[in-house]
Amino acid sequence: MKADIILAGVGGQGILSIATILGAAALDEGLHLKQAEVHGMSQRGGDVQSNLRLSSSPIASDLIALGGADLIVSLEPMEALRYLPYLSKNGWVVTNTTPFNNIPDYPDMADVMAELEALPHVVAFDMDAVAKEVASPRAANMVLLGACAPFIEGMEKSKIEEGIRKIFGRKGEAMVESNLKAFREGWERAQAIK
Amino acid sequence: MGDEALALGAINAGLSGAYAYPGTPSTEILEFVQGNEVARERHLHSHWSSNEKTAVEEALGMSYCGKRAIVSMKHVGMNVAADAFVNSAMTGANGGLLVIAADDPSMHSSQNEQDSRFYADFALMPVLEPSDQQEAYDMARYGFEMSEKFAIPVMVRLVTRLSHSRAVVEVDSEPSAENTLHYPRNPRQWVLMPAISKQRYKVLLDDYKRFEEAAETSPFNAYIDGADKSLGLVVSGLAWNYVKEVFPEGIPFPTVKISQYPVPTKLIGKLFDECDAVMVIEEGQPLLERKIRGVLDRTGKVYGKLSGELNLTGELTPDLVRAGLAKVKSDLDCLKEVEVQAASQVTRPRPPALCQGCGHRDVYAALNGVLEEYENPKVFGDIGCYTLGFLSPFNAIDTCVDMGASITMAKGAADAGQHPAVAIIGDSTFTHSGMTGLLDAINENTPMTVIISDNLTTGMTGGQDSQGTGKLEDICLGLGADPAHVRTIDSLPKNVEQMKALFREEIEYAGLSVIVSRRECIQTARRHASSKK
Repeated sequence: MKADIILAGVGGQGILSIATILGAAALDEGLHLKQAEVHGMSQRGGDVQSNLRLSSSPIASDLIALGGADLIVSLEPMEALRYLPYLSKNGWVVTNTTPFNNIPDYPDMADVMAELEALPHVVAFDMDAVAKEVASPRAANMVLLGACAPFIEGMEKSKIEEGIRKIFGRKGEAMVESNLKAFREGWERAQAIK
Repeated sequence: MGDEALALGAINAGLSGAYAYPGTPSTEILEFVQGNEVARERHLHSHWSSNEKTAVEEALGMSYCGKRAIVSMKHVGMNVAADAFVNSAMTGANGGLLVIAADDPSMHSSQNEQDSRFYADFALMPVLEPSDQQEAYDMARYGFEMSEKFAIPVMVRLVTRLSHSRAVVEVDSEPSAENTLHYPRNPRQWVLMPAISKQRYKVLLDDYKRFEEAAETSPFNAYIDGADKSLGLVVSGLAWNYVKEVFPEGIPFPTVKISQYPVPTKLIGKLFDECDAVMVIEEGQPLLERKIRGVLDRTGKVYGKLSGELNLTGELTPDLVRAGLAKVKSDLDCLKEVEVQAASQVTRPRPPALCQGCGHRDVYAALNGVLEEYENPKVFGDIGCYTLGFLSPFNAIDTCVDMGASITMAKGAADAGQHPAVAIIGDSTFTHSGMTGLLDAINENTPMTVIISDNLTTGMTGGQDSQGTGKLEDICLGLGADPAHVRTIDSLPKNVEQMKALFREEIEYAGLSVIVSRRECIQTARRHASSKK
């Protein structure tokens, strides 16, 4: 099993919690893992990404090579496009479509969507809206986690749910349930497209 | 994370004290010690220091008393610590002492990409350079033991991609006991007066030969044979992972892996004897490559950064290493360029920005409002979140050089006749390196305005305690600033008019003024609010 995943978003959106939960689930599955993240200045509203590599055999590089990513997982549509050269031929892009518009020259959303829709393997929907509908507005990252999970072969859904329990457990059962709901909704929607 | 692995390795190897000033990518080392259970039970020292120099000296003091200490900083922190660092090779160590320098090639969060190995090279200190998280863990104990065996501090060099990358690490089941208090065998060498230093330096030069021998036989250095002798590789630190990634079926060339310095010249000599040419692959500046080439560089068979196969600036990546090797060995299939998808046509850069609700925003809004009234105002900035004031929409600062340089450069500019000369500095940077410069300006009553934008924390690195919190005005007064011109205001959107009036008044004053403009960092304020719930 091998899954090379680029997690993308804007500083503060919560991509690192996705990485943490997938990492916990991977450890549970007995997989090897490497995860490079960005700290410091770029966390302040700039573009952020994390390279998450999971494998049943030892992993050498902390970074994913160009054309090597099985998945691009993004909380923001333009940020999903930023890493296209890293996507492998058969790789999937799973992204939220709600733009995070904090720059003066943000591109026309129609252009962003056109590029996304032109990709052969893509799951793109408004995860902010789904999160708001089934859980809470802050759970968009859990919807995204759910939507990308079916594409990680060899990773049990139940292990990821345990990961969510572990990470949110100290914030109370209501928080865990809300995040699980968001996760499951994302999963269902992606399954329908896969 | 590599930072955490190293910190845990140190705790499990009998650490007594960790010292540091926060700086990306090193911050998580001390933070890990602060949160670790064993460290808490043992009351290991883990408070932040005022700056990297005080941190190194404090750690050296602990080493003098026989206990194991680590001191960690980012690469540019080495510049601040350099006086203490270089002379700590002269005093030597008693208890194991690791000086951890985390380099930031590619300048993800830094103003340059200097390579800390150069410091150890001229200070005559051994260096450990882990290639992965497991080595980072293992090298803590190994480094302490080496430090005590050779009575010398040992540098551990990290780079961003190791510091901030996570992997599973195997750890000891039980932490070792701390050292007991005991004093140096040779107490004289800790008094670096010329007469003693002259003797001690000779000893250090002799000891350096022993460090060299240790590097030749280090478990972290290796000569790994390969069938294809047309090329040999010298690979150091993190680059080792990229080379392994490029050759998933195994490296075809003889390879020297280096994770301990001084440079193991015998291993490299063997590589030259065996191979037709040699390629040097190292993260950071070409330290190994320069040494191997020598100033005359006459062999004509060395490849690397200086000859252009690899990038001279920016960090290595598996792609750059592959492309570099392909320039030398174009016939190998695994080095062929992979077909990649075209880059998007619509993405735009998204630079970082000050948070909504950040007090620095109000300071810049007010300051810009006042400075519009002058012909050639100059604002000397400093290192921190507020450096982002350079970017749109504020475009508010003219310089950013090093920690504390805002105040001293404003002073130099005022000395040159510049008015208004405004320094803008954060609270943590002020106590790191701003106070001493302020004393210069106070002593001459230099006509300049210092704005301390106080957010009660070290914000850029994630909200560590700031050493001056609650005492900034007292520090300025204690240094001798005129109480009539040490002013305080809250940085709030509703106060912007008041702030403007205050800034204008003090800029018009023909002497030194300090304005403390204060508002808690929005990030730490949120965290405090949610922890109270």
